Amino acid sequence: MTILSFDWAFIIEKLIMIAIIVFASLGIALYTTFGERKVAAILQDRPGPSRAGPFGLLQPLADGLKLITKEEIIPSHADKWLFILGPGLAMTASLLTCAVIPWGTAIHVFGRTVELQIADINIGILYVFAVVSMGVYGIMIGGWASNNKFSLLSALRAASQAISYELAMGLALIGLLMTTGSLSLKTIVEAQVAGNWWNVVYQPLGFLIFFICAMAECNRTPFDLPEAENELNFGYHQEYSSMKLGFYLFAEYINMIMSSAIMASMYFGGYDLPFFDESTVAPNIAAMIGVGTLLIKIVLFIFLFMWIRWTIPRFRYDQLMSLGWKTMIPLALFNMLLTGAIILAKL
Amino acid sequence: MSTLEILFYALSAFVIISAIMVLVSKNPIHSVLWLILVFFAISGHYILLNAQFLAIVNIIVYAGAIMVLFLFVIMLMNVKQENEFKKHLLVKFIGVLSGGSFLVLLVALVKQTVQLQGQKVLLKEGNIGLIHPLGKALFTDYVVPFEISSVLFLSAMVGAVIIGKK
Repeated sequence: MTILSFDWAFIIEKLIMIAIIVFASLGIALYTTFGERKVAAILQDRPGPSRAGPFGLLQPLADGLKLITKEEIIPSHADKWLFILGPGLAMTASLLTCAVIPWGTAIHVFGRTVELQIADINIGILYVFAVVSMGVYGIMIGGWASNNKFSLLSALRAASQAISYELAMGLALIGLLMTTGSLSLKTIVEAQVAGNWWNVVYQPLGFLIFFICAMAECNRTPFDLPEAENELNFGYHQEYSSMKLGFYLFAEYINMIMSSAIMASMYFGGYDLPFFDESTVAPNIAAMIGVGTLLIKIVLFIFLFMWIRWTIPRFRYDQLMSLGWKTMIPLALFNMLLTGAIILAKL
Repeated sequence: MSTLEILFYALSAFVIISAIMVLVSKNPIHSVLWLILVFFAISGHYILLNAQFLAIVNIIVYAGAIMVLFLFVIMLMNVKQENEFKKHLLVKFIGVLSGGSFLVLLVALVKQTVQLQGQKVLLKEGNIGLIHPLGKALFTDYVVPFEISSVLFLSAMVGAVIIGKK
């Protein structure tokens, strides 16, 4: 049988990695919801969730249990299969991104060298783009299948917002790709570890554009037009109840974590701890320090997301579109031209 | 059968079934969603040919952008099954006839092309679909057609803006 001539240890190793990363992302997302409520509470000068467990630490578990045990309602006029597919797709698309993020250097266990990355593919960033562009289908399908005017309007908003900001995001990224010359996230991070500066020093404008677009892609306030509750009641997930609603809300947090990880890897050195020589400690410990560094960078980015959400009010829809098309895209084009000119001048 | 062949046949069956579902679905939204699956399976074929860049660009451009616009337009126009107009039997017959003759034409073309005769598919090898060789080919050997097609896109964009302003 030639079918079974795989490297089984490799498959098992990858499956374990996938399980660890997916469950870790879910766990972090669970506590990001808690963090969001605490940060909101601090910014608004109130205590926030504090009853369940010490400092309210068991609150996310209580919320999760509540969502799972609530009654599940599928509207009678809804397209049943697409209604179920919507939240599943949103969740899948947000989790798929974690496959190409380099979480650290390799560790050595049982005589094997295990890369702390699920797949180092040579088109890493484009893969992320493909998955991000799939994410909008979850919202669109869910919003349409609900057979509700508000949900449909919200789905249309989500689609146009996603397309508008994906363009600027891609253009901002081209500047970075011109300086690094590679699409593989691993190579980009390694170049930053080996080089003097992180990419944000070379691409400050590109990073700013990328950050704003990432916020828009994650549907975070001030870009949460698809679920603007004072205009659309509750947006695309209005008809959803129980854990399906939970999946939509959860996917948003996982998106936030993944985009933080991507930004940390591309612009802020990934698992690179500054002013620290990794060769002075054992390789496994160095790898673990790298993972910890990346996680700290992710948490800082998530905090930034939350800080902005609870500080800046929501845009109007025309403001959102004119910001995307008349500010972000020309700026990204300018950044691309500038980067190209500097690279040419240096040659 | 090797793993590669199993993947090839599974993907091909997936493409054909999804493509048939695009045609037989009554609801236009379902058709669009099946078409997205077709693009995904074709990207799978690209990966089998070691053309990762083409595969991912196919997903980003077709499945990610163009189909979102399709879905957008269909949702906006709110096309429902009820108000879909009944097609005359003769129209259906002519449609089948013209589509079938186009298929025959394509098959005959592929069969007669000299460059394709006696060629084997480069599975897992060959690097024209990777980003470096593709970029080099586009900007050296094919730079004039490449630039002309980008001018075409630019003019299409300008045209869309002008129509939108009216």
